[in-house]
Amino acid sequence: MATPVLELDNVRISYFTRAGEINVVPGISFALEQGEAIGLVGESGCGKSTVAFSIMSYLGGAGRITGGRILFEGRDMATMSPQELRKIRGGKMAMVYQDPMSSLNPVLTIGKQLMEVPIIHRGAGEKEARERALQMLGEVNLPDPEAVFDRYPHQISGGQQQRVVIAMALMAEPSLLIMDEPTTGLDVTVEAAVLDLVRNLRRKHNSAIVFISHNLGTVVRICDRIGVMYSGELIEEGEIGTVFRNPRHPYTRGLLNCIPVLGSDKHSAPLVPIPGQVPPALNRPRGCIFAPRCEYVEIGRCTTDRIPTFEVPDATPHRVQCVRSEELPRHRRPTGSVAAADAVMSNEPVLEVESMKKFYHQTSGMFGARGYDVKACNDITMDATRGMTLAIVGESGCGKSTFAKVLTGLELATDGTVKLDSVDIGMTAVERRPREIKRKLQMVFQNPDSTLNPSHSVGYTVGRTIRRLKRIGGSKLRQQTRDLMATVQLPPDFVGRKPRQLSGGQKQRVAIARALAGDPDLIVADEPVSALDVSVQAAIINLLLEIQAGRQATLVFISHDLSVVRYLADRVAVMYLGRIVEFGTVEEVFSPPYHPYTEALLSAVPVADPDLQQKRIVLEGSIPSPTNVPLGCPFSTRCPRHLGEICDNVPPPERRDAKGHRILCHIPLEELALVEPVFQRPSAAE
Amino acid sequence: MTATTSRAAGSAFSAWVHRISLLRESPVGMIGAFIILFWIVVAIFAPILSPYDPNETHYEMLAFLDPSAQHWLGLDSSGRDVLSRIIWGSRTVLIVAPLAVAVAYFVGCTLGLLAGYYIGWVDVMMSRITNIILSIPPIVLFIIIITLFGPSVTNVIIAVTLIAAPQVARLVRGITLELRERDFVAAAKMRGEGALYIMVVEILPNARGPLIVDLCLRTGYTIIQIGVLGFLGLGLPPPTPDWGGMVNQGYALLSSYPHMAIFPCIAISSLVIGFNFLADGMREIGLRD
Amino acid sequence: MLRFFAKRLLDLLITMVAVSVIIFLLLEFTPGDVARKILGPFATVEQVALLTEELGLNRPVWIRYFEWVGQLLTGDLGFSTTFKVPVSDIIWDRLGSTLRLAAIAFVIMVPLSTLLGVLAGMREGGKLDRTISVVSIATTSIPEFASGVFLATIFVILLGWLPGTSTLSTAGGWPIWTQYVLPVSVVLLYYVGYLVRMVRASMVEVMTRPYIRTAILKGLDFRSVIWKHAFRNAMITPVTVFLLQINFLITSLVVVEIVFAYPGFGRMILEAALTKDYAVIEAGALIAVFVAVATQVVGDLGYMILNPRIRFK
Repeated sequence: MATPVLELDNVRISYFTRAGEINVVPGISFALEQGEAIGLVGESGCGKSTVAFSIMSYLGGAGRITGGRILFEGRDMATMSPQELRKIRGGKMAMVYQDPMSSLNPVLTIGKQLMEVPIIHRGAGEKEARERALQMLGEVNLPDPEAVFDRYPHQISGGQQQRVVIAMALMAEPSLLIMDEPTTGLDVTVEAAVLDLVRNLRRKHNSAIVFISHNLGTVVRICDRIGVMYSGELIEEGEIGTVFRNPRHPYTRGLLNCIPVLGSDKHSAPLVPIPGQVPPALNRPRGCIFAPRCEYVEIGRCTTDRIPTFEVPDATPHRVQCVRSEELPRHRRPTGSVAAADAVMSNEPVLEVESMKKFYHQTSGMFGARGYDVKACNDITMDATRGMTLAIVGESGCGKSTFAKVLTGLELATDGTVKLDSVDIGMTAVERRPREIKRKLQMVFQNPDSTLNPSHSVGYTVGRTIRRLKRIGGSKLRQQTRDLMATVQLPPDFVGRKPRQLSGGQKQRVAIARALAGDPDLIVADEPVSALDVSVQAAIINLLLEIQAGRQATLVFISHDLSVVRYLADRVAVMYLGRIVEFGTVEEVFSPPYHPYTEALLSAVPVADPDLQQKRIVLEGSIPSPTNVPLGCPFSTRCPRHLGEICDNVPPPERRDAKGHRILCHIPLEELALVEPVFQRPSAAE
Repeated sequence: MTATTSRAAGSAFSAWVHRISLLRESPVGMIGAFIILFWIVVAIFAPILSPYDPNETHYEMLAFLDPSAQHWLGLDSSGRDVLSRIIWGSRTVLIVAPLAVAVAYFVGCTLGLLAGYYIGWVDVMMSRITNIILSIPPIVLFIIIITLFGPSVTNVIIAVTLIAAPQVARLVRGITLELRERDFVAAAKMRGEGALYIMVVEILPNARGPLIVDLCLRTGYTIIQIGVLGFLGLGLPPPTPDWGGMVNQGYALLSSYPHMAIFPCIAISSLVIGFNFLADGMREIGLRD
Repeated sequence: MLRFFAKRLLDLLITMVAVSVIIFLLLEFTPGDVARKILGPFATVEQVALLTEELGLNRPVWIRYFEWVGQLLTGDLGFSTTFKVPVSDIIWDRLGSTLRLAAIAFVIMVPLSTLLGVLAGMREGGKLDRTISVVSIATTSIPEFASGVFLATIFVILLGWLPGTSTLSTAGGWPIWTQYVLPVSVVLLYYVGYLVRMVRASMVEVMTRPYIRTAILKGLDFRSVIWKHAFRNAMITPVTVFLLQINFLITSLVVVEIVFAYPGFGRMILEAALTKDYAVIEAGALIAVFVAVATQVVGDLGYMILNPRIRFK
């Protein structure tokens, strides 16, 4: 067997701070052959990025490899001189980063940044470097390489920036490519296109790839093997299909049970969060690091010595760091329904939105002489009844957050009506809404770090909200504060904590408690779980469902994540460029007839299930600017089912079936109903 | 309202205590704090520490102004004890400078919060005015104000406020613009809080990090400005012991009696170094939490 | 970009008009009437009335304001009561001297503080960084009059190497260039420290940026990372600050000018102010403000050239 491209042999990595040594990676081993791709997955803080940067020998000032060896093409990287290291970096080993915008130098043109690579590593001249750069820009499917070459990073879109970074990495034909969350932060359709590109280029260049991601679905798309990391250790590793079909480590199982998979929902397959939290690196338990959270833990065997790695007898090589792996039953996704999932939906409408428009007027010219409208929300019509979960999905810029702002009165509607319990509130700013309306409608925000005032304690935030919305005080107020803390499953002594003493999930729980302070009828949640790790996400989703069922509240859930929406929604609105292009029950929206955009969106979602067959529809181009909406159908510029001129110039009709499923398209429903479903599960999966 | 405001003030105070306890980790900041503490002690105990009345002329010594056993730092050209004048001068500077900065901060924070919170025309108007004032070089503004209205503590404070308040306002406005977009401000609106509450209780406490650093720097800078005014003969009216004024008076005799100018120069420099070191330490620990 | 500049020039105009009004009104409405202020406390009532008549001071304020502006625009800056010559005879000369001193200081200051700032900021927390940082904080903390006193004591009184006054005449036996050494040094001590800290802060910030990591992991050597990738990004903010210094220098040099008896612009304004010479104060203040606002416009231009994000929106 040839020497592996990369071999990590019990590598131990620590950061050195004022507080002393923090051992983030206690010891990790794996090897990678030429052309092979391994995906390292794990929740935030599990050390996956640290491993990536340690392979590049780049840990910053505080980090150091304190044990083991990293062999690159058979050579120990620790013995290399700085000159040798420079030759390897960017030459034989290259990296693609999260957040491409900030990874590119804002003051240099893209061409200049690309040309540097062949100039350093191949001693190329200006002309040769230029040609090579242009060739690579073409290879990553950028539409006009010559034009992109002379542009600055900020002048191209996020997806294009990531293509440039990939081009830069592949410039010198590296034998190893490290990709650190390369699609995090990109929209689903853009992400899918970038993943397709990586798959194709991988075949062509035969580079080995270390692919780091928190999203199991993206790993399934790219990699042959998967390594699951937990608290700095590689707890399970093997071929993707093998690991997914037969996960042996309880953490891997827990992770899989947390992820909503398209095709299952709250009625059929509940999400099961992993109890507890990742232990801090300074205070790892003895024995198995997962033991404190493990349902199969056996005190003594699991909690005494460090757990060695076992080979699992399986179809392909499969290793796991668990002493009880052989004894565990075969893994099955939990079935049944979340206790609280079957909230009684009444027919009593709570929210009725009719032809709502929100335009922002942008002025330009010297004295605002010329102006144009940004159509953030255009002709939104929908309604929700008591106890219903209404999900709004779409990619960034589709107007879903603007919609939330109009509901909450943080922005005013330009036209149309927004009725809450038959009272029109669309044109009433939150400052002018009567207290009763404010009490009835509350919101949970997206970013856990900005949702709570860092200067105020949890108790103050929650208590103040109760007092403002319900006008009560004294012991009654304290009692209700305590009750709310219990409702969101936080210990009562957390009232004294400041937000910086809380984890992301805990902050979001406080935010939910605050939203519940006035016993609302309608809760608007704008991407409440998108910033959270999957295990925390599952817990928060379940909490929201439970609360909603218990209080018969209506939930408007805004999200870009179709898997989550599929799991928890009763009704779904799909938005694109300010319009609702499809509206219906969750079953209707997730099966044909689809709006062509919904279809493309579904086909783009990375699904953490290698056995599920997913149709791929590649969307060209990017979402047009909301200042420049196409004359006809908003989706006409990218639509794969584009009919012709009629789509570009004539606004599409709203096609509606008997049950109220609406699709905004020129293609008749009957025709749309005939398309093949995006997801199909071969019956012989097991 | 008052209850919540005083609670905010209380948390600002505890934040100060917290920060000062963190200072132990910044040697530069510690040195700065010690220098300032030294001068504060000197100012408080001036009557005990100063060997002579600062305005008393020692006629018997007029022929011998150099430092001596009786007058450690010598006498000035009017025959007054330099050490006593420096000790009493610390009182002047430690009262006038912080007072001026406090007024400037009050005005600056108010304007900055209003401009940053309300944006729109309020902001445009205030930015305009601020830019116009900031485009007048500080020294010119000083000279005009003091010559027209005469030298006095009030006028010095007015002059410092006029120069510093727009800068503070600009800083606070920038922070407010950023903070007003945070979700916790939206949450406060959604429970029906008024604008005053949001500005004072939700936004201002979160601006304290950069403001504390700026406060130290600005106090140091203000001490220099007041010193310069004194040096240019535009400072506090005589015979108030004033370090800048002492340099002004002693500078003419530098070649024969360097001590008259040098000692007050050392005093003022050390105090400013103290504030700037403290600011640096504050910034360092501010970055950490 | 052109539109942006038109807008900035309009701003400049508005500021100048506003400042001229403020200055005019300040001098107009301060205690005591203008003729009294000019003639001093010992003039008789008749003399004051005569001068009031002569200067047309009893006409409405706004008429006199426009007359004054009109005169300024034709280059007539009025008559100096202190120097007993037309203001324009003295002001340009003084402005020239100050600009010369400022230019020398500026030409040394910019490369020096850039170099020190980059050296300190490229490895945050290193020995070099800590040394440069502490020294620059200390030097900016020393007021110019104090460093003037310290330097004069050492180099003039104790060592006798340099002249103590810089009157720009060779009568004292010192060549002109020696007379610039101390004033320039004092200016540098005070300003370089401040600028070093600006450049350092900007550099430190840039060095934490992901694109620097990209450059390093591309295989570039440290020197290329610093000069090709970090430097230009790090200079975007300081360039504006550098240009602002020109504005500060013009007037702040007054302290140095007094310390070393240098015949400059700031000192002229101060002397005029102490003797209530209104024509000089008005003209001087307006010129100072003009320089200030004009450098801001130039600063914006520099910012745009360095920052493609603004250049190509």
